[in-house]
Amino acid sequence: MSTVQPSPTVGYGSMRRKEDPRFVRGQGRYIDDLKLPGMLHGAVLRSPLAHARIISIDTAAAAAHPKVKAVITGADLAGLGLAWMPTMSQDTQAVLATDKVRFQGQEVAFVVAEDRYSARDALELIDVEYEELPVVIDARKALDADAPIIRDDKEGQTSNHIFDWEAGDSEETDRVFAAADVVVARDIIYPRCHPAPLETCGAVAQMDPVMGKLTLWTTTQAPHAHRTVYALVAGLPEHKIRIIPGDIGGGFGNKVPVYPGYVCAIVGSILTGKPVKWMEDRSENLLSTGFARDYIMHGEIAATSDGTITGLRVTTTADHGAFNATAQPTKYPAGFFHIFSGSYDLQAAHCKVTGVYTNKAPGGVAYRCSFRVTEAVYLVERMVDALALELKLDPAQLRLKNFIRPEQFPYQCKTGWTYDSGEYERAMRLAMEIAGYDDLRREQAEKRARGELMGIGIAFFTETVGAGPRKDMDILGLAMNDGADLRVHPTGKAVLGISAMSQGQGHETTFAQIVSEELGIPSADIEVVNGDTDRTPYGLGTYGSRSTPVSGAATALVARKVRERARLIAAGMLEASPDDLEWERGRWFVKGDPEQGSTIQEIAMAAHGAGDLPEGVEGMLEDTCVYNPPNLTFPFGAYICVVDIDPGTAKVVVRRFVAVDDCGVRINPMIVEGQIHGGLAEGVGIALMELIAFDEQGNCLGGSFMDYLIPTALEVPEWELGATVTPSPHHPIGAKGVGESPTVGSPPAIVNAIIDALHDSHGVDHIDMPCTPGRVWDAMQGRAEPPQ
Amino acid sequence: MQVPAPFEYERATSVQHALELLRARGPDARLLAGGHSLLPMMKLRLAAPEFLIDIDPLAGELGYIREQDGELRVGAMTRHRALLESDAVARHATIITDAERVIADPVVRNRGTIGGALCQADPAEDLSAVCAALEATVVVRGADGDRVLTMPEFHRGPYETAVGDAEMLIEVRIPLHPVAGSAYEKVERRVGDWAVAAAGAAVRLHAGVITRAGIALTAVGAGVTSGAAEQALAGQPPSEATFAAAAELAARDCSPTTDQRGSVEYKRHLARELTLRALRTATARALRGDA
Ligand SMILES: Cc1cc2nc3c(=O)[nH]c(=O)nc-3n(C[C@H](O)[C@H](O)[C@H](O)COP(=O)(O)OP(=O)(O)OC[C@H]3O[C@@H](n4cnc5c(N)ncnc54)[C@H](O)[C@@H]3O)c2cc1C
Repeated sequence: MSTVQPSPTVGYGSMRRKEDPRFVRGQGRYIDDLKLPGMLHGAVLRSPLAHARIISIDTAAAAAHPKVKAVITGADLAGLGLAWMPTMSQDTQAVLATDKVRFQGQEVAFVVAEDRYSARDALELIDVEYEELPVVIDARKALDADAPIIRDDKEGQTSNHIFDWEAGDSEETDRVFAAADVVVARDIIYPRCHPAPLETCGAVAQMDPVMGKLTLWTTTQAPHAHRTVYALVAGLPEHKIRIIPGDIGGGFGNKVPVYPGYVCAIVGSILTGKPVKWMEDRSENLLSTGFARDYIMHGEIAATSDGTITGLRVTTTADHGAFNATAQPTKYPAGFFHIFSGSYDLQAAHCKVTGVYTNKAPGGVAYRCSFRVTEAVYLVERMVDALALELKLDPAQLRLKNFIRPEQFPYQCKTGWTYDSGEYERAMRLAMEIAGYDDLRREQAEKRARGELMGIGIAFFTETVGAGPRKDMDILGLAMNDGADLRVHPTGKAVLGISAMSQGQGHETTFAQIVSEELGIPSADIEVVNGDTDRTPYGLGTYGSRSTPVSGAATALVARKVRERARLIAAGMLEASPDDLEWERGRWFVKGDPEQGSTIQEIAMAAHGAGDLPEGVEGMLEDTCVYNPPNLTFPFGAYICVVDIDPGTAKVVVRRFVAVDDCGVRINPMIVEGQIHGGLAEGVGIALMELIAFDEQGNCLGGSFMDYLIPTALEVPEWELGATVTPSPHHPIGAKGVGESPTVGSPPAIVNAIIDALHDSHGVDHIDMPCTPGRVWDAMQGRAEPPQ
Repeated sequence: MQVPAPFEYERATSVQHALELLRARGPDARLLAGGHSLLPMMKLRLAAPEFLIDIDPLAGELGYIREQDGELRVGAMTRHRALLESDAVARHATIITDAERVIADPVVRNRGTIGGALCQADPAEDLSAVCAALEATVVVRGADGDRVLTMPEFHRGPYETAVGDAEMLIEVRIPLHPVAGSAYEKVERRVGDWAVAAAGAAVRLHAGVITRAGIALTAVGAGVTSGAAEQALAGQPPSEATFAAAAELAARDCSPTTDQRGSVEYKRHLARELTLRALRTATARALRGDA
């Protein structure tokens, strides 16, 4: 555990978060805290059915409600050309349904009223007549010949098929499989779960009819991208749109998409001339906003009999719900799933992913995960354990035997990635040492002899984060690059504007520390501005662990540009040639004469002051930068989990969890550890309890926190963390990004531990998440069912 | 934020006042105790009472735990938290302490009441089984005075009790016995979750023999008490074999349904396993004179 210095002044190191004084005093400003004069309140009427044709909508009674100001339906929006909007996957999504409803909870009408109670009351006065249609809930049946076609709105769409996508060499992979001594197969489901941030999604829209300017306070992880989307969808001029996210109470991918409610709030404000607030409730968040995962995978792993892994292949059915609204780079409909060959040096690998429509909520957001990396890591780490069972090899040893070796980096993997750097064995051995791996195996043997159920699970992950190079990666045609602008004031205090958008990650602290490290200005003297599109440079925002890899790089580089400008100004001040100056943190001085120097603060004053500047030097001390990453970064880690299972009730207790993370250079180790703590807890939730389930009619069974369980402090052990540091060679400060590693790496470690506990005594060789007591018990009886 | 439908609201100043308001407003009125069952239903608009009579001001009058006439008497407005922290309860009815430890979370326990819990009669609610195992009686007051009901008389099924429209629950009475022990065992998917299944046992011993055992199950579609299991224990010396036989009967005597919490088979298995565990602990406590 890192120790926190009370006030480290300059550079990297654990320091308290600059944003926390306002959060711990309840002074954070979230969307629902905003109250504007004359503000109205919106509420969404949602479909009770998963698939039905809309026969009629009668809004007369709602419109007659004394406090209702507007009732908007899909037909009204169609008149404005706004009934449909583009999704982040270049599909379309209904803002308000016109023809059919396609999932339970879909937006059907929007009421604007004087207060939120009246808006909600008025929803009950709207009469919608539906004609029920057959539903497709199980993605495995979506392509059946008799499956009802969900997207009959789309020209030429004659089935529920969205895409087929492949990576790797299928023929070569087949050849490797044919030559293998052993092949092990598993059907593995990563069930539908939900990011469930504490703050639900919402917006306050204010259309200023006089200035023609729309201000939208909204929950968004990507404010600039959202601004462009609104400009394109609504035809509003982009310079007349200002997005202000404020503080965000957790995002985890949930706040990447544009949701119909935001668009309705905008339309509501345009129609009424008043600010309109729309804030979804908890059930609306769980029922209708971006879910995650829902991958149905068939994996096969090939190896020699001594445990050299030679190949991996997987076919996947991806359930995208009723609209393909996955947020991911255009060229990658299955995200970065093709990182599924993991941390191992294979001869061949191949994957095929088929995306389908179902009558479920749209999404497939990267819940604390870089675009399907979570599913990929889960697959490979489950497959490696399946192979260990088959060959009766220790799962740690099997991994150690097959790791990509340090000298192989940069490593060209078989599905197209170039891994930047890694020292896998070092991380694995450190995790085993912290865990006391051999002692744990001894303890397990003793317990087994007594009939007790203890399991040890391992997962080793490699992620691909920090999207991305503009030649390969865009969202809706927008390059996945980020900007930074840095202004140093005359007194040496600085303001940094970034296009990343914090949802709790602590950007105000770490980004100030990056500038501080580069310029030697105390981090307390650096203000970080993010979010407000009128005050920050363009960029694609925060998700996919991309803030430090992309915005962090832009920040380091803009600080270096400012440092270079400071050198020129200092040269004038010191009457020396710029080439004769040397930098030490916070100060340029004359080589060989360290007494002769100027601090960055003195230089800042001179840059703004009277008097001449050296030839060709502009005044002031500021610059901007856009960062286009040459490659992604590849954080990795070794996780070991110990579980105990009550043989009588099948209840799983995570007793210990060791997490060794290598995210390259750590700017603020305390914040890194905080990110890991939170992500591990989310992993426990996903592994043990979280599931968005549906019944056969398509009713969502996970629509409240009574049904969709999220973990508490009592379900998680005291985390045991370790760190190795393998810098990224291409990143300006060698950092790789960490926010998502723990959520990616922990579920397979937990599931592997559960199977390890049950294999010897009960013959369990697979179980799907969530491992609730009931599902574990069913597996112990030999009749594990996939989740529904 | 989820918001309820419009309603009128009045604070009751006494039990008498609450009963008068109930009578005056008829079936559209509802008592509001801790609000942890009623308010969530109102916010989800599963309940839309037109008139709320807040009995929170009666927390003093009806919030007590006292020993009287060979009974532990608990006022209807006694909070979960008070039950959890009560020494008298821990001494005489440990099953309540066991259950309270796993009912909801501190926020809910600080406000939720035993009266609200019993009257809500949620099929996964814990205190109904606890009271049934203890052979508790409840006092229901109306215009015509008090009625004292046994749990089988009071608890009619899911969300249904014998309390009439113009009546309210006043008190819960738990009989005390010299050599008795009780225990509650619950499996939940996560702390604060409702039971997947739970079992309560209250055992009285005399001269090395079980004179009477109360068994009641939660969330598995069982009767108010598990009669066959209770009968199998009465008059028997406590032993693993007797417990196992009783647990088997309790498991046979319930009709759980498959849902997100578990399959029928699993829940039935839990009914057996948890009854067995509860019986072991309850008996050990009785033998320790632990009550
Ligand atoms: C998140 C959460 C988790 C929970 N988990 C559990 C759990 O694991 N196990 C469990 O047993 N319970 C659980 N509960 C329920 C909790 O215990 C409730 O507090 C309790 O069931 C109701 O008590 P209350 O005082 O809040 O009742 P209220 O909500 O105020 O009332 C409930 C009903 O009883 C009626 N009522 C209340 N008092 C009286 C009276 N004196 N006479 C007649 N009618 C009356 C009301 O009119 C209403 O219909 C949970 C609740 C929540 C919110």
